[in-house]
Amino acid sequence: MSILINKNTRVMTQGITGKTGMFHTQTSRAYANGKACFVAGVNPKKAGENFEGIPIFGTVKDAKAQTGANVSVIYVPPPFAAAAIDEAVDADLDLVICITEGIPVRDMIRTKDRMKGKRTLLVGPNCPGVITPDEIKIGIMPGHIHKRGPIGVVSRSGTLTYEAVGQLTELGLGQSSCVGIGGDPVNGLKHIDVLRMFNEDPKTEAVIMVGEIGGSDEENAAQWVKKHMKKPVVGFIAGITAPPGKRMGHAGAIISGGKGTAQEKLAVMEACGIKVTRNPAEMGRTLKSVLK
Amino acid sequence: MKIHEYQGKEIFRKYGLPTPRGFPAFSVDEAVEAAKKLGGKVWVVKAQIHAGGRGKGGGVKVAKSLDEVKKLSSQILGMQLKTHQTGPGGQKVRRLLIEEGADIRKELYVGMVVDRGTQKVALMASSEGGMDVEEVAAKTPEKIHKVFIDPVRGLSDADADEIALAIGIPQSALGQGRAIFKALYKCFDETDASLAEINPLIVTNSNQVVALDSKLNFDDNALFRHPDLAALRDLDEEDPFEIEASKYELNYISLDGNIACMVNGAGLAMATMDTIKLFGGSPANFLDVGGGATAEKVTAAFKIMLSNRKVKAILVNIFGGIMKCDTIATGVVAAAREVNLSIPLVVRMKGTNEDLGKKILKDSGLPIISADNMADAAKKVVGAIKKKAKPKPKPKARKAKKAKKKKK
Repeated sequence: MSILINKNTRVMTQGITGKTGMFHTQTSRAYANGKACFVAGVNPKKAGENFEGIPIFGTVKDAKAQTGANVSVIYVPPPFAAAAIDEAVDADLDLVICITEGIPVRDMIRTKDRMKGKRTLLVGPNCPGVITPDEIKIGIMPGHIHKRGPIGVVSRSGTLTYEAVGQLTELGLGQSSCVGIGGDPVNGLKHIDVLRMFNEDPKTEAVIMVGEIGGSDEENAAQWVKKHMKKPVVGFIAGITAPPGKRMGHAGAIISGGKGTAQEKLAVMEACGIKVTRNPAEMGRTLKSVLK
Repeated sequence: MKIHEYQGKEIFRKYGLPTPRGFPAFSVDEAVEAAKKLGGKVWVVKAQIHAGGRGKGGGVKVAKSLDEVKKLSSQILGMQLKTHQTGPGGQKVRRLLIEEGADIRKELYVGMVVDRGTQKVALMASSEGGMDVEEVAAKTPEKIHKVFIDPVRGLSDADADEIALAIGIPQSALGQGRAIFKALYKCFDETDASLAEINPLIVTNSNQVVALDSKLNFDDNALFRHPDLAALRDLDEEDPFEIEASKYELNYISLDGNIACMVNGAGLAMATMDTIKLFGGSPANFLDVGGGATAEKVTAAFKIMLSNRKVKAILVNIFGGIMKCDTIATGVVAAAREVNLSIPLVVRMKGTNEDLGKKILKDSGLPIISADNMADAAKKVVGAIKKKAKPKPKPKARKAKKAKKKKK
């Protein structure tokens, strides 16, 4: 078992003909069951063509009807990416994973509003994607650092997630699924949503939650963990040294109005029973220390 | 992206928000001209810098004659204005706003931001205008009134009126308040703003509601569809290192410490800074080289990091995923050679082609210190500075000076 995606997931790539879309469709397809999983591409101007044997359709709806794809991954450029999410939501897909970085916040506010009452889940935007090791990789993460196992990983950043995964794998701790929820202020699944899924997943035994400054998602997740989580959770928050008012790369990584500091998040997480480390080189070992 | 108050007010006027009459001035002569054009007997001379807290820092003054306009303008123009937002060095004033005086009966606060929790735009308002809103929020949170705006329907009349009454806009001026809140939302929405503030929004003795100040920030990701707004960017207000970095699509932010760091990915870059601090060092910058770092980009990154005179050592931390460690190693070696690197360089590389990368660093013959993990890297870079500083503190200081001169 795993969360969100597994070897039976069938994926379409929106933006399959762009440079990024092509490259990452190739690497994702080369990973584990990728060959069977990546079944369609979408580009309104190139319907009827194919990318290395993957058929291209004009719309998400067509791609779903023709191939049975239930999940979409988006590499569409930022000005058109929110509309691409809308199209996938309207086609009633199970899950949309939006990799695109740099989508205007205003577009995402409208897209999120449109998603109300719809069943489609959204991961991202501005995220590395989701991987269930040895089964399927949807996104831009390096597949080879992962290993199948019992640890769930959820994070707001890309390379810092790889860092956590790399440490786990080195310690012999494999992962059930790894979810990058992205660094934007208005996005899809939050830490709390992913933790809920890991809590229900019988194959996940413990979870590593990697957060960063800005907002209060980690605090909300921590409060939920205190009440409902049956499995140990460890955490790290990046940005103790970040000055207030400065956007640290990610649009969402900003301390504003004295809120969203790393210290505050770490304090709440600790108070809620999450074992935190202030040393990012110790994320893996901290997790190992809470396993029975 | 931030803009100046006078630019914000020009945008406000387009949306029908009432503001005092005023003109920007780039010289003392222009300031006097502006005052003459405005007429009247009272003028306000306002320093235009991007930082807040200008009044407290002495950048906003009232003039009661044209001579006084001249005197105050020459004082303020060119001064290093220090506020709680500028940092200790202050910010040089290069532009002024000359405005007609206003008779203030009441000072209120209105602001708009994107609220992450509800994923909507929040309108916040308070009866405590003219003050630091963060202080009001901390000390008397009950005085801050909020409403979250539906992105499809916009701000409703009922919500606008409720907020207006709550912050003390008189019943007789309720229509004005409503119009202002609705115009502000329209402005926020249509310009892809990330922050809009009017502090203070005033009620005059003749019961007029007027935006006495304007603060607008825009979503950088949306500037592609607002070339008119992008043109308002004032490079004088930005850190020169950050401007240089943006030319190479490097994400760079200056900090106060002496250990420069170059990392791929924003989260990992922050974590690297945190690790440096954890082991007793202090980061000189945040620098995310992004996913596609070429030798050219790495060289540019090195030059930018080294142009900060405080830097005593460099830490490179790369998690090679899509980006390969050997590519980065080649870039680091080329950069170190090109800039004639004379300070300690610690490199930690992990991931794709890690061994190949390490070999390239080793074979280069450069005194690069290799580290196994982030903690090890931080320890080594902090240690390298101490080692260099310890043995003979005095001669070392002289040496450092010489080295700097050479670099010039």
